[in-house]
Amino acid sequence: MNKMTLVKPLRDAAQQVRPAAGEKAAVTLSEHIIEIISDSGEGAQRCGQSLGAIAAKMGNGIWTVEIIPAEIRPPARSVAGASGNRIRLGTRRVTNGGDETDLVVAFNEQVLLGRVRSGDLKSDCIILLESMWRENSDPTVVASYVETHDQLVAAGYRVYEIPMERECRKHVADARRGKNMFALGMLCNLYSLDLQLARDQIALTFGKKGASVIAPNVKLLDAGYEWADANLDFKFRIPASGVTEPQIVVNGNTALALGILASGMEVCAMYPITPATSASHYLSDVFEKVGGVVHQAEDEIAACTFAIGASYAGKCTVTITSGPGYSLKQEAIGLAVMGEIPLVVVNVQRGGPSTGQPTKAEQGDLLTAMFGSHGDAPKVVIAPSSIEDCFYSIITARKIAETFNMVVVVLSDAGLATSQQPFPRPRFSDAWLAPPVNQSTVPTGLEPYAWDEATGLARRFVPGQPGGVHTLTGLAHDRLSHVAYDAEINEQSIRARSLKLAALQKTLKTPPVFGGETGDLLVLGWGSTKGAIEEAVEDLRAEGCKVSSLHLTFLQPLPSGIKEIMQRFKQVITVEGNWCDTPQDNIIDEANRRYSALAMLLRSRYLVDVDCWSEVKGQPIKPSSIRRVILEKLRPN
Amino acid sequence: MNIATTDCLLRMYDEQHELEDYESGVPRWCTGCGDNAILAAVQRLCRDENLRPEKTVFVSGIGCSSRFPHYMKTYGFHGIHGRALPVAEGIKMARPDLNVFVNTGDGDCCSIGAAHWIHAIRYNMNMTVMLHDNQIYGLTKMQASPTSPRGLKSNTTPRGSYLEPLQPLTITLGVQNVSFVAQAVDWIPEVLYDILSAAFHHKGLSFVRILQRCPEWLPKLYEPWVQDPQKILLLNHEQGIQVSPNLAKVYRNLESHDPSNMNRAREISSVLDPIPVGILYRNPDVPCYEDLRHAGQPRSRNFIKAGLEAEFDKFTVWPQEAERRGQAV
Repeated sequence: MNKMTLVKPLRDAAQQVRPAAGEKAAVTLSEHIIEIISDSGEGAQRCGQSLGAIAAKMGNGIWTVEIIPAEIRPPARSVAGASGNRIRLGTRRVTNGGDETDLVVAFNEQVLLGRVRSGDLKSDCIILLESMWRENSDPTVVASYVETHDQLVAAGYRVYEIPMERECRKHVADARRGKNMFALGMLCNLYSLDLQLARDQIALTFGKKGASVIAPNVKLLDAGYEWADANLDFKFRIPASGVTEPQIVVNGNTALALGILASGMEVCAMYPITPATSASHYLSDVFEKVGGVVHQAEDEIAACTFAIGASYAGKCTVTITSGPGYSLKQEAIGLAVMGEIPLVVVNVQRGGPSTGQPTKAEQGDLLTAMFGSHGDAPKVVIAPSSIEDCFYSIITARKIAETFNMVVVVLSDAGLATSQQPFPRPRFSDAWLAPPVNQSTVPTGLEPYAWDEATGLARRFVPGQPGGVHTLTGLAHDRLSHVAYDAEINEQSIRARSLKLAALQKTLKTPPVFGGETGDLLVLGWGSTKGAIEEAVEDLRAEGCKVSSLHLTFLQPLPSGIKEIMQRFKQVITVEGNWCDTPQDNIIDEANRRYSALAMLLRSRYLVDVDCWSEVKGQPIKPSSIRRVILEKLRPN
Repeated sequence: MNIATTDCLLRMYDEQHELEDYESGVPRWCTGCGDNAILAAVQRLCRDENLRPEKTVFVSGIGCSSRFPHYMKTYGFHGIHGRALPVAEGIKMARPDLNVFVNTGDGDCCSIGAAHWIHAIRYNMNMTVMLHDNQIYGLTKMQASPTSPRGLKSNTTPRGSYLEPLQPLTITLGVQNVSFVAQAVDWIPEVLYDILSAAFHHKGLSFVRILQRCPEWLPKLYEPWVQDPQKILLLNHEQGIQVSPNLAKVYRNLESHDPSNMNRAREISSVLDPIPVGILYRNPDVPCYEDLRHAGQPRSRNFIKAGLEAEFDKFTVWPQEAERRGQAV
């Protein structure tokens, strides 16, 4: 037992920790990043989610990210098998996952190794490590554990060996189930979180399973709390700034699904694909309660064409997918463009091309979203930049789709999909909802494609409307929807569909600049990178750097005023999660450098010399990386 | 822009439709194309059933037969190759009040759209599906299709096609939830009409394979069967179609086949010569997917709002609670 508990005291934090007469004093912090990792199925994810929820309820800013292995059941104790959760916990509102981790709870040393090698842990990270492996019957396990442990200690990590399994077995027979709640109890103690709130959270989490499941989990929670209190000589407190209005705590995919509920759409057609599917899981559970249908189609193409059929029949419909599924839908998306059928397509981006990195974040689909499908197929592309945005972007997308009879692509990504961040509880608005199916008679003489000369807009004809019978076709067609054999007509219809995008563009506001209106450097981004970019910019501005940022939600069409903003800065750079060649590679020069997607768009549209920096490591881009990029740009050499 | 009006919800008078109410332009199919016969039968059916044109949608994919909706004066959806069925399913899910018909060819249905065909049978949504099977790709100019007879010389199989043809009837009858399977030929219009009428009245997905002549690419393909009535096996039953006495004088090769008999249906479907014509299988008790999913139920604003607020409640952190907890620590 002695050997087990405090193998290594807290070294450099000794002056911070002042144990006073049996009571530990808590060190006050502004933020900390905490990870809980285990083999798949050991419940680390639930532990992390619960921790985040408890902290959010206390009024802390949080951002949680799932750590997901690529396989459902990776081998136990494997370096690539880490499953769990990463929680950034702060006093202020937290807008991104932050930098390196301050404290890790690991259920075995192998999953921990995976995290160490990923470079995501601070060099002096506190590690709370399950110690049972030291006494394992298999000598190779013991050797592996001891070796890893000693290496980590030598490398400067502050390793605490914790007999979690042994402690849990004092309360339950099968410690493998429930150890996560013991860990949660420890963390509640270490971060001065309200234990009663944690008990309530367990009741909420296991509510459906009843008291027989809740009671032992609460017992383990209490045990973890008490054990940490008695055996660990440090404690933190991250003051909560408190919340003044009700907040919703959900991840990006749940927010998307809530947006679908709120938009009044009735049908979501999908095919299972990572990382989009969890949105459909949640939606499947709740949609029918409000009269909706989640249709799991036989394939991605069927999902998209089913959605198109439902939309055509008068009810704007959404289809949700990720990278490969988005590729498969391209021909159908072109049909919706050609037929001018409103359609919302959500692409929760993952690493690509091909199967790529299904569980990892990337922003690789921007150009595909804009230019995908053969021929000239103008469509709207918007990218939510926060969890809250995921909710509202669907409502906006539905509205634009029906107003302009267009396809609206919503680009989320794996980072937003699994991250949780509190945002103000939306206040229901009637304006969110789709109107009832229009069944009014079509005025005599009105054509099914009566394109307005100025805007390209035409009234949409819906089956059931008397006087509106016509055959919609994917072939080039004239105003009567008759197949166009005349080249002139083809050009007229392409013009009309293109004008609609311009008409929408006229309604868009110039996005606000974050920071000063002029300066040495402007950082442009889109989608999930907003929080990290603005954090880096804010910190550097506080240090005197003349850097600002501009984040784009509308990617197609781009709002007016962007060129003028860019011209007020000496340098402009995009930060993106899609590949760009780096000039540091010998073979790369201006003649062959491939720019990141947004940089390429801005360069071609505005003739501004936009540089780019990107990272495609499958992880959300860290504020510290962006900080480094900005500093390099501002102070070359 | 979209304001519901009631001017079309109630009709205070009966509307009678004539054939011309369903006719739109002159079909651009070849003279002698079997699609013309199918079009005539369908227009007659619409008239006889007095279908409201604005409540009727013909959905198709790509190919000669998929031009069908353009020649109907109803709503039509001429989509992309192979995807007529999922489009039609989406329409039916959103609007169960609409009459939905699907026109698809052997390339459209049995090749590029084969996955949708299998699953459409399983969904069993209430619609009438016509497989215009001419055993050749026509619009792209004579390539072998999955139903082309083995050895057929085409532009992609100049030395004869290599594989045995796929049999649409046996495949359809092998899929779970199949509820209506029939076969017709374009050259016996009376039976074609009777089968389409029965298909329309069946609640569920009615799959009608129609052997259809292509005078341009395979003018002689069906000639032996057209010329010799004995090479047609007419399925006759009180629960199926009833062959008229006049027709029975010509087509004497009759079999009394009860459409509820799946085993016999499968046996009949595997016979290629004589060609069976009639209703092979019908089961009105198979549930429709749109009914299982409660499609088309009206939803009020308050209903949606209540559902949404209940979901928000699940995820909400209330300020009082947060403040209280914050102070407690």
